[in-house]
Amino acid sequence: MTTKLFGTKVARVEDQRFLRGQGRYVDDLLTDDPRLLHAAVLRSPHAHARITDIDVSDVLDVEGVLAVWTYDDLVDAMAEPLPLLIPHPTLTHGRTQYALAKDEVNYVGEAIAFVVAVDRYVAEDAVSRIRVDYDYLEPVVGIAAARAADRLVHDDVPGNIGARMEQETGDARAAIADAPHTLTLELDIERSACTPMEGRGTVARWDPDTSRLTVWSSTQTSTGVRGCVAAKLGLDLAKVDVITPDVGGGFGVKINHPWPEELLVPLAAMTLGRPVKFTEDRREHFISSAHERAQVHHVEVGFDDDGRLLGLNVEFWHDHGAYTPYGLIVPIITSTQLLGPYKPLNYRVVFESLYTNTVIVTPYRGAGRPQGCFVMERTMDAIAAYLGKDRTEVRGTNFIQPDEFPYEHGLVFQDGRELTYDSGDYPASLEKLKALVGWDEFEQFRAEMAAQGRRVGIGLACYVEGTGVGPYEGAHVHIETSGKVKVATGLTSQGQGHQTAFAQIVADTLGVRFEDVEITTGDTRKMPYAVGTFASRAAVMSGSAIHLASLRAREKALRIAAEALEASEEDLEINDGVVSVRGTDASIDLGTVAVLSNPLRYAFDEASKAATQFSVGDPGKPPVAEDDEPGLEGKDFYSPERSTFANGMHAVIVETDPDTAEITILKYAVVHDCGHLINPMIVEGQIHGGVAQGVGGALYERMVYDEAGQLLNASFMDFLMPYVTEVPTTIDIDHLETPSPLNPLGIKGAGEAGVIPSAAVFAAAIEDAEGFPITAMPISPSELFALRLEHADHTTEAATITGI
Amino acid sequence: MSEQVHDVRLHVNGSVHEVQVPARRLLSDALRHDCGLTGTHVGCEHGVCGACTVLVDGRPMRSCLMLAVSAVDSEITTVEGLTEADGTPQGRLSPVQQAFSDCHGLQCGFCTPGFLTTITAGLRDNPDPSEDEAREMIAGNLCRCTGYQNIVKSVLRAAEITAEIESGERT
Repeated sequence: MTTKLFGTKVARVEDQRFLRGQGRYVDDLLTDDPRLLHAAVLRSPHAHARITDIDVSDVLDVEGVLAVWTYDDLVDAMAEPLPLLIPHPTLTHGRTQYALAKDEVNYVGEAIAFVVAVDRYVAEDAVSRIRVDYDYLEPVVGIAAARAADRLVHDDVPGNIGARMEQETGDARAAIADAPHTLTLELDIERSACTPMEGRGTVARWDPDTSRLTVWSSTQTSTGVRGCVAAKLGLDLAKVDVITPDVGGGFGVKINHPWPEELLVPLAAMTLGRPVKFTEDRREHFISSAHERAQVHHVEVGFDDDGRLLGLNVEFWHDHGAYTPYGLIVPIITSTQLLGPYKPLNYRVVFESLYTNTVIVTPYRGAGRPQGCFVMERTMDAIAAYLGKDRTEVRGTNFIQPDEFPYEHGLVFQDGRELTYDSGDYPASLEKLKALVGWDEFEQFRAEMAAQGRRVGIGLACYVEGTGVGPYEGAHVHIETSGKVKVATGLTSQGQGHQTAFAQIVADTLGVRFEDVEITTGDTRKMPYAVGTFASRAAVMSGSAIHLASLRAREKALRIAAEALEASEEDLEINDGVVSVRGTDASIDLGTVAVLSNPLRYAFDEASKAATQFSVGDPGKPPVAEDDEPGLEGKDFYSPERSTFANGMHAVIVETDPDTAEITILKYAVVHDCGHLINPMIVEGQIHGGVAQGVGGALYERMVYDEAGQLLNASFMDFLMPYVTEVPTTIDIDHLETPSPLNPLGIKGAGEAGVIPSAAVFAAAIEDAEGFPITAMPISPSELFALRLEHADHTTEAATITGI
Repeated sequence: MSEQVHDVRLHVNGSVHEVQVPARRLLSDALRHDCGLTGTHVGCEHGVCGACTVLVDGRPMRSCLMLAVSAVDSEITTVEGLTEADGTPQGRLSPVQQAFSDCHGLQCGFCTPGFLTTITAGLRDNPDPSEDEAREMIAGNLCRCTGYQNIVKSVLRAAEITAEIESGERT
C-alpha cells in the first residue's frame, strides 16, 4: 500500500464539531422535541436489605408524572435477571441483578423504581415520594469480610465465592521448594473507577408509523445493546436500531450492558408512545455504574543467584461486587497478563472471585493488568533488593528474548485462546527507557538532592498488554458517484479519534483524498455485525477490517476502470480518487467508476444519465454479471486467530517531602511499543491520558466504603480525580515499533497502555526514596507518613543505604 | 399543585431567548434544554468539574451553580458563541478553539467547552501566560482523557495565535 497518511500526525476531523459545541452526546438528543419525557431512578439507600413493601401511591399525584415502574410491573423476559454476558466454566455461582430490584437489594445504588415525567426535576420529586419498607441485613464490605464469610451476599452462594480458577504451567510449588532463594509478598490494590466526564445515558423513541424502535445509548457496544433490547422487550432484531452518538469518554464502564436503564427507557418509550431520556448524574455514576481494581494478592517466588524466576505461585482474591454480569474477565486478565515480558519457568495462579455488597465490577482501562503488573513488578523489585542487584538487571535476566517469538506461555487468555505473544523486543525497550529517564545517572542525582536535604527515588515497571481481542469486526466501504467514500464500522467511539485514524487507512488503501472519506461508527443501521470497543481493540480490529474492505472496493474499481480504459488492471493506479493508466494521460474518476458499476433504468442527474442500461455495458450480456453485484462497494471482516501483544515500560522519579510525606513527580518517562502507529499524535494523546489516570489511581483515587456499605466519597469533591496540578508537567515518550505479524497493518492496540504500570512504578519509586517496602496502592501522603512511623527504626538506616 | 414558572429573558451569544422556567431551574439546564444550546455540558452538577463553565458578563461561571432566573440581567457566552463571524454559516474558530485543534487538546470533547470558555477569559486577563500560569488558568477544570499535557500547550498556542492576529501576521 502507499503510505501517505498512515503514520502521520493528521489533525482530527472530530475536533471541528466538538470545538464549536456541535458534538451530539446522548443528553443533547431530541432536546427540541416537546414530547420528550425524562426518567429518574429510585436507588437503594442500603447495601443489603430485603424489600418488604413498595408504596408508589403518592407518585402519580405529582403533576407531570406519567408512569412509575417497579419489579411487579415487569413481565416476561424483563422480569428475568439481566444477562450474564460472559459465562465461564469456573464461574459456578454467577449472579446478575434484575432491571428493578426483586425482593432484595445488594448494594447502595441498586435500581428499585423507574419514574417517567415531563422533566427530570419533576421525575426526581416523584422518586422522593416513593416509600419502601426494608428489612435491613448486615452487609459484606471488602475482601476480608467476603473471605471470612461470616455473612453471605447471596444466601445460595457459599463462602461468597462466585468462582475459583486455577492455571499452572510446570510445577511452581516444587520449583519454589527447590529454589536457592525464596520470597513471600502480600500485595493489595484498592477500588477505583473509570469516571468518564459524561455518565451513562439512553434515549429511546418508538415510531408507531414504521413499528421501529430507535435507541441512542452512551455505550461501548451498540450491537450488544441492540441484541439485549430486542431479547428483553420481545422484539425482532430487525425492529430495533441502536445508535451510539458522540460519547464523553468510556474507559470500560460503558462496555457493560444492558444497564437497567438501557432496557427501561425503551420499555417506557413503547408503553407511553413518547420518546424518553435517562441521563445519569454524577452521584448515580459513582453508586450505580461499575468499579474495578480491588484485589488482594499472596505471592511466593523462588529464584536463583542471578534473580532468574524458577517458580512463581500467585494466589489472589478479587472483589467483584454484588453481581457478575461481565463474568471473570478482570481476574482472568490479571492471572495471565501478570507475567508481563517475563518467562517464569514454572507458574501457578489461583484466584477466587468474591461477592461483596458494593457496586459491580467490570473492566476499567487496563482491566486487571494494573494489578497484575503491580504484583509482578513488586516481585522483581523485591528480588533485586534481596540479591543487591540493579532492578533493570533482574528484569533483563527474565525477559523473553526477541528471537523467542511467537512465545507460548502455556496458559489460556481471556478470549479462551492460548496466551501466545506475537512480537516484541523487550531488551531494546529497556535500553530506551534507561536512556530516556537517566537510569544510570540517577545515583548522582540522588546524591545531589540529598546534599540539599531532599529525598528522591526512581522506579520502573514493564508490562505486556494483549490487545485486539476477537471475535471480529467488520467494515463496509461505499464509493458514491460523487467520488465521496462512506465507510461504516460497527464498534463505537468514545473520543479516540476513530473518524480520523480510520479515514487515514481508507485514504491510503483506496487512493482517495482524506477529506472525501467519512467514517461512521456504532450505528447498527449501517453495520449490524460488530462486537464493541474495549481491550484496546478498535484500531487493530476495525482498522484491519476497514483496510480489507477498502482493498475489496479498490479491486472492484480497478476491474471496472480497466474495462473502461481498455487497459490491464496491473497498469492502473489510484491517486486522489482518480484511476489512471501509468505513464499515460488516460484516466477516470472513481465517481465515474461508481456510475459504471451500477446500471440504471432511471436517470435522475447527469451522472445517472450516463449509467442507464441503454448507455452502459454490452447489450449481449446481462447488465449485472452473474458473479457480480451493482455498486462500487467493499465489505470485509477481520477475525484474528488470537490477540496481538503490545508492550511498554514506564519510569518515574519522585520526590517525597521529609516532613509532610507529600509525593511530587519530577520526571516521567514512557517507552511504548504498539507496532506501527497510524497517527502518532493520537497515540501520544492516549498515553498522556493513561498516565494521568494512572497517577490518579496510584496517588489519589479510591472508593471509600464504610462498614455499612455506604460509598462516602461519591462526588468529585471527595473522589480525587487529578487536575492539571496533579499530573507530571511533561511526559517523555519514546516509541519502538515492533509490527504485529497477525494483522495486515502490523498494528497493536494503544488505548489502555498508559495506565497499566502506574501503581507499580509509583510504588517502586516511593519505596526507593523511602527505603521500606510499599505493598499497597494507592498511597496518600498520610499513609506514607504512617508507614514512616511504622518503619521508624529503619528510616535512619535506609538513609545511609539508599544506594542499593 | 403546579409549579410556578417565571418568564426569563436570557441574553446568550448576542441573541435573546425568552424562556419560561421554574425558579429552581439551573442555568446549565436552561441553556441546554430551553435555549437548545447543548454545547455546554454537565459533568458533575456540583461545581467541581468545570465542564459547564460559561462566561457571564465575561467572567467564567459554572452554569450548574447558577439559577437561570438569576442570569436575566447578564450577557452570557457559551461555547457556541466563541466562534468568530467570517461570512460563512459555520464561522471561524477562535484562537483558543484553533489552538485546541492544532495541539490535540481534546479527545472525547465533553469537558472541552468548559476549558474553551475558561481559557478565553483567562487570556483576556493574561494574554501572555508562562507555562505555569497556563496551568494555573486551567487548574479548576477536570479532563479524564487528555492528561492535560496538550491542553497546557493549547493555552500557550492560543496566546501565540492571538498575538499573531494582533500584530497582523495572521488574519
